[in-house]
Formats: sequence, C-alpha cells, structure tokens
Amino acid sequence: MDSFQETVFKLKKYWADRGCVIQEPYDIEVGAGTMSPETFLRVLGPKPWRVGYVQPSRRPADGRYGDNPNRLYKHQQLQIILKPTPKDVIEQYLGSLEAIGIDLSKHDLKLEEDNWESPTLGAWGIGWQVMLDGMEITQFTYFQQCGGIDLDLCPAEITYGLERIVSFLQGKESVYDIEWAPGVPYSDVRYFDELQLSVYNFESADVDMLWEALKRHEAEAQRLIDLYKTVEDPAEKRRFPLLGAYDQVLKCSNLFNLLDARGAISVTERVGVIARVRKIAVGVAQAWVDQEPFRTMKEVA
Amino acid sequence: MLPFLLEVGAEEIPDWMIPAALEQLGKDFQALLDSNKLGGRVTRTDGTGRRLVLWAEDLIERQADSEEVVSGPPKAANPNAVAGFAKKNGVSVDDLKVETTAKGEYYTFRRQVAGRATAELLAELLPELIQKLYFPKAMFWTGKGGPKFIRPIRWIVALLGETVVPFELAGVTSGAETYGHRRLGVRGPIPVTIANYEAELEKNFVIVASAARRAKIEKEVAALGSAQTDAKLLETLTFITEYPAAILGGFDASYLTLPKEVLTMVMRFHQKYFAVNAADGTLAPNFIAVMNIPDDPEGHVVRGNERVLRARFNDARFFYDVDQKRTLLDRVSDLANVTFQAKIGSYLEKTTRTVALAQELGGELAAEAAYLAKADLTTEMVKEFTDLQGIIGGLYIAAQGGKPEVAKAVYEHYKPLSMEDSIPSTATGQAVALADKIDTLRSCFAIDMIPTGSKDPFALRRAAQGVVKILVEGELTPSLQELSAGDAKLEEFFVERVKHYFREVKGYAYDEVNAVLAVGWADLKDVALRLEAVKAVRPTPNFEPVAAAFKRIKNILTQAGTLPDGAPNASLFNEAEAGVAAAAQQAAIKDGGYPAQLERIAGLRPAIDHFFDQVLVNDPDPAVRDNRLRLLNQLINEFSSIADFSEIVTK
Repeated sequence: MDSFQETVFKLKKYWADRGCVIQEPYDIEVGAGTMSPETFLRVLGPKPWRVGYVQPSRRPADGRYGDNPNRLYKHQQLQIILKPTPKDVIEQYLGSLEAIGIDLSKHDLKLEEDNWESPTLGAWGIGWQVMLDGMEITQFTYFQQCGGIDLDLCPAEITYGLERIVSFLQGKESVYDIEWAPGVPYSDVRYFDELQLSVYNFESADVDMLWEALKRHEAEAQRLIDLYKTVEDPAEKRRFPLLGAYDQVLKCSNLFNLLDARGAISVTERVGVIARVRKIAVGVAQAWVDQEPFRTMKEVA
Repeated sequence: MLPFLLEVGAEEIPDWMIPAALEQLGKDFQALLDSNKLGGRVTRTDGTGRRLVLWAEDLIERQADSEEVVSGPPKAANPNAVAGFAKKNGVSVDDLKVETTAKGEYYTFRRQVAGRATAELLAELLPELIQKLYFPKAMFWTGKGGPKFIRPIRWIVALLGETVVPFELAGVTSGAETYGHRRLGVRGPIPVTIANYEAELEKNFVIVASAARRAKIEKEVAALGSAQTDAKLLETLTFITEYPAAILGGFDASYLTLPKEVLTMVMRFHQKYFAVNAADGTLAPNFIAVMNIPDDPEGHVVRGNERVLRARFNDARFFYDVDQKRTLLDRVSDLANVTFQAKIGSYLEKTTRTVALAQELGGELAAEAAYLAKADLTTEMVKEFTDLQGIIGGLYIAAQGGKPEVAKAVYEHYKPLSMEDSIPSTATGQAVALADKIDTLRSCFAIDMIPTGSKDPFALRRAAQGVVKILVEGELTPSLQELSAGDAKLEEFFVERVKHYFREVKGYAYDEVNAVLAVGWADLKDVALRLEAVKAVRPTPNFEPVAAAFKRIKNILTQAGTLPDGAPNASLFNEAEAGVAAAAQQAAIKDGGYPAQLERIAGLRPAIDHFFDQVLVNDPDPAVRDNRLRLLNQLINEFSSIADFSEIVTK
C-alpha cells in the first residue's frame, strides 16, 4: 500500500513524463487549484502550457473542527493543465489512475456530466465528475472561458481530490486515518490545522478587520488595473505588475470565503460581493491578455 | 441497393441528451436521403454515451441522371437576349427549344444532370448533418472558433456497403474502425463491417442496443431485491453505461433512524442507486447499484460503494443532529436574512403575508403551518438537499413534537410539483400550498415579473398550474378572481392556466373549454363538472345541431342590436313559437345534474328546427318581430348556464 505522499509522487512523475512542468503550490491562500496563476492566467491566450501541482485548497465553510471523517477545511488538489488538450486526454487520465495501482477492469468508472462554473472568476467549462465505485475522485473540465474571456485553446483541467483517492486506495473510512508517510497518519500532519482554523474561521476571525482587508486589497487591485490602462510604453507594459494585481484578487477571494464562513455576509450582500471580486478578476484577466504580446517580445536592450 | 452505418464516437455524452440526439439523427438523415433522392430508409438509431449510431438500408449507389429545365426569354424577345441566354448556359442558340407554357411560348434549355455517387454526396453532407445535431450546451475543444459538439468527437465510422464514406470532421477522419469499452476488451481500434458491427462491440463489452441494456438492468435489479420503481433512474443508468450490471450493497441498519426521504434522496440522486424495500414495505438497509463492468467477483465495487454511502449517510446524520439543536419555531426569525427576491424582500416578510392568506383560506391550523413552512430553508439538511425543502420542515415539526396536521401540511406544501404529482392530501395542506403559491404570484406580478415565452425564472407557470389543480381537485373553493386580488394581469394569467389545465392535462377539446369558461369560471370544480357533461353529451345526435342553432340565434340577436325588454307574450305565439316555448319549459327543469340537463337542452332540437323552418324572425310587423326576439333571448339566457353553446365548433 502506497502512502499519501507516495501516491502524489507517482502522479507527479506520471504527468512529468507526459510533458508537464511540475510546480509547487502557489503561496497565497486559494479555494481551488484553478485560482493559482498557473491555471487562471496561463490558460488565457494562445501559448501552449502543461503544468501539474498539488494545491492545498482552503474552503473555510467546509471546516468541521477535525470531527468529520470526510470534510475538510483544507484539502489537497492535484491540478493538471493540458493546453492544448491532447486527443487521448481521457486515456492519459485513466493511465494515471492505473499508475497509482487502480485496476480499472475491476472497478466501476463513470464519467458523469458536471459542468464547472466559478462566478467569482468569470470562468466556466464543460466536463464531468469522474466516479470510481460511486465516489467522485476527479473533476475533469474543458475550459471554455476564464476571466470572462473565451479561451483560444480550450485546455483540459484535471483536478484530483487527493484525500478521496488515497482513502479509497488505502481503504480508510476517515481521512485522518490515511497514512501520509510510512507510519505517519494524516491526523498527525493536519489535525490541528483543521481544528484551530475551524475555530478561527467560524468563531474568532474579526469581521470588521476582514471587511476592511477586503476593501483594501480590492482597492489595490483596482488601482493597478486602472493604472495599467494608462501605460503606453511597450517596455513599461511588459514589466507592469499584473501578477501583483492578481495576488490582490486572490486575497479578496479568500477574505470573501472567510466572511462567508463567519456568517457575516447576508444572502442579499453575497451577490454584490461576488460581483466585486469578479470585477477585479476579469479586469486582471483582460489586462493579462492585452499584455501577452509585450511579454513575448524580446527584452528591450 | 446498399446498407449504411454511421457511428459518431465521442467522449461521454450526458445520458439525458442521447435519446433526443438519436431521434434527430434519424430524422435528419432520412431527410437527407429523401431530398437527394438516394432511396433508402433509416432502419434504426441507437447508442451509448460514447457513440451515436444510425443504420439505413436500400440506398442506391448513384443518383439517377436527371434533366433540368432552364427557362429563358419569351419567343418574341430580342435575338440578343436569346443569344445571351444561350451563352449564359454555355450552349448555342440552336440547342435551345421553344416550349409552350401556361404563360406563352418561351425559349428553354434542357440541361442533362448526371447523378452523383451516393458515397460522394454523403461525404459532402455528413459533416454538416453531424454538426447540426442540437445539444442544450455544446462546447469547443479544438479551440475558439473550431467545431462545436456536446463533447469532443474522437472517431467516426461511416460505411456504405463495404466502403468507407470518406470525410473529415474536427480533425477526425471517418473510417471503418470503432472502439470498445474504455477498459475491457481490445484497447485499440477495432475494424468492423456493417454486418459484424454490433457483435464485435459486444465482444468488446459494449452493448449498443439501449433496449438490451435497459432489459439487462431491469432483470438483474429485480433478481437482487425489491427495488423501488424508478423509471428516470433506469433511463439514466441505461445511457450512462455501455455494459451494465447490477450489484447489491448494504448499509448499517442504524442509519434507518434518519428520515427515509433523506436516505432515499442520497441513494437515488447523489449515488444513482435504486432504494430497496423490505418485505413489510419499509426501507431495507440495502441498495442496488449499476456498474459499467460485467461483474464484481472480488467485491471491490460493492465495498467501494458501501464506503461512499456510509460517508454520505454520516454527513446526513451530522446535518440532522446539528439541525435539532434549534427548533423550527426558533428558526422563523432567521428568515429575515434569507432573500426571497431582491425587490420583494425576505422570506420572513413572505411568511407574514402567507400566514394571513392561509388563515383566510384554511383557518388557525393552516396559519400555524404557514408560519413554519419556510423555516427549514435555514437548516443544514435543506442547504445540502434543496429538493427536500418542505419535506424536511414537516419531518422536523413531527420530530419536535408539533401537531401532526401542521407537520403534514408543511411536508406537502410544495405540492403539486408537476401536473402528474398529487395535491396536498389535507384541506390544511391545500390552504398552505395555495397561500404560498398565491403570495409568490401576487408578489411577482406586483413588480411586473411576469413570465414571457421561455423566461419564467420563478416557475410562476408551475405555481399557477398548481393553484388550478388544487382548486379543481381539492376541498377549498375560493375563486381565482378573489385570489387574483384585483390584478387583471394575474387574472388573465390564471385563465390561461385554467385553459391549459383542462386542455392539456385533462384532454378536453379547446372549443368545449371555451364554451364552458365563457359562462363563468369562479368555481373550478363546477367548471370540471360542466366540462365533463359537455364532453359526455356532445356525441349524442342532437347536441351539435342545437349548438349550431344557438349560434344562429346569437347571430340574429346580435344583428338585431338593442333587444326589446321583458318576457315574450304567449298570446302572440304561432304554433312553432308555442312549440319552442313549451319545449323550453320542459328543458328548463334543473334536476338530474349537468348531463341530464344537457340532454334535455339537446332535446330542444326538433322544436327549434321546426321553428326555423316555419318562422322568419324579422317579421314585417314590429310587434311580432320583437316578440320573437324576446323568445329567442329568453332561450339563450335560460340555457347558457352550463356552457355558451355558440362557442362549440360544429361540422
């Protein structure tokens, strides 16, 4: 039986062998692997890109104080982006399951319609949830739009729910019983994250501070987006910190999730806040596409 | 004569879209054969999530040669025009003929058109035919501006007899090779012919015939236990598998303490399992799953599914326990934070309005139920299982010691969910259901949120249809005019729904519905009875002639303009008029219900026929004329309480 980390190594190796750059996780809090700039920004434009990374994904509202065997505040997603999508992409994906020891001739695998949409990112795609013996183990999406922009190459996004896959492989009833490394259970590695951050997210977070922080990060993102529009010099455009602006978007998205978990956003306000985050996400995406030709030009001597 | 086979191989197409796509494929291909005079007929379409397949037979190899008649200028035209016409068609003037048409003599040219090879035509037309298949949500996969389809197309088999019909679509070249089950049988391409196509696929774990897959599932499910009938789930499983097989799994009986509605919802909708009944009709601690592989000898699939279901049930138990920490009554005030609609306000405001309405319609108990009806929207269980709204509320009220009648009313207050669904079973439940729907309708109409065409985000048509069904089938009798509370647009909307209900749901002819509604629709139960009577008496020999006579009378009265007041004077009657008056007196007896009354009205026929044979209403003597108009007017008024017969369309 492979440990959690061994399974992750095998999957990374599998995709590295198929031309993916293996990245480390992005270092700002995100709710899903899609939000990392390795996906959100790289899927835009005509440039091919293949990448894989494990992204710890924070969903404050899903926290259960470490009590629930299947729900986590933070879970690990293995995110694969294949741009453009190879014709045998599903074959390749099935091969990755076999590479971690799942004999698909003895298990029931189904691709069930599940179209993905993220209103805060102005992104959507068409695809499936991959069901293995009745459990959803992967979200497979053909990206159609991101940041409100139609995608030139429609990349495939494969998102593995690592805890689910490994608890399946190890036959564990509880996520916390998964063996992370030989002799080290998942609970030793992550239990206190789950407990303490559930307490923080649901009970202790200072709501006024969160609102204030949301406002300031939003303003910073908007300031940069507006400023970019005024830049005309190609060399200045090329070095303009849109990636800095995007970090602000990610901060806002996480702050929104925290406020939501804290019960601080009424249903009426919710739509409005989502629209605010979406506005800056779309603003950065549009600027990023505009910047593409300047990024690809040779550095001015 | 050649057979034809087309298989469009794709990545997994959503199960529910497949039957419609196959139907269109068959129709469109038949139309293509017909319009290109290729002979042949589509004999079958079928498929799975990974293949849409069409079979046709008796195609001709090549279109027949044909002659196309091109008409040119009239015989009398300027020779230059004639020469121009010849040149345009690439022939000399000598090749033209003069032909006589209905409009005169014209130059014509008869062009000989050689028939084209069927394979060549198909190669040209099939890509468009495939791309024109309609799917609710299509996608790009080769990139922006590329072909669109429901999911990426990965291979195409197109065979006319033994030869490939060659074409390319989305970078895929048609051929004579298919693919089997994703993980069983041959991994690579499998060469097929039209004759061995299905057999080769079956060897490779694909049952192409959906009927055979459905039958296999039904048979195996029945063998495993007393599964709850679930036609929709059966369809889903038929089209989500290529080689289905059923397995029986179990769960710990301790979960049976959770509401069976929740357990069933998890099994049916989240896990696509059949729920199983025990011998006594209660829920058994079992489920039946359908896999996409032939068997599970080592029990991997059963164990995996059992594990997943356990986790799901644990979640449900967690939600249930958390929810019990506060009663539903305590939760009502939280509805202030739940928006019903931005411009209309919160669910708490809606609740207040609904309570008042429910009180009016169903009294104290209905008001009590209406107060609690929406509180379950704040529970974890309804946040997780939205479709259980109302049901969860009812269950929680019962579990928290509430009145059984209130619990039942809340449980059923979203009913009827469709025209096939039943209405709430108690008068209290009907009052709450009516109050809830009426409030939604009034509130939305008040801010001009009125459904148009396919736009009906708040499902107002369904709400209004539900109101109609409850009024017809239930115990309460408020009129729709009262319920519309003076909103003319809402009243009009209701009339449409009433018509729809009696026509589409109950199957009455549109003229019967118009005739009955024309004389009043305040009491829908009465409308239903009157319609039933009209339908029953309509086929009798006298009914339609009398209806025609009534129409004639109505026309006469309309043309007469202002009608004279008062009752007819019997002393002025001639024999025919007296006959009608006497017959009318007989027919006016009100006993025996609507069918008997209608039969008596139909029985007026001989007297009325005789009247029109003998009498000219527009008599030169104004006194006689007015008396006749009075008689006819009385007749119409007397016999128009069941229906306005002049609305009946007679042959």
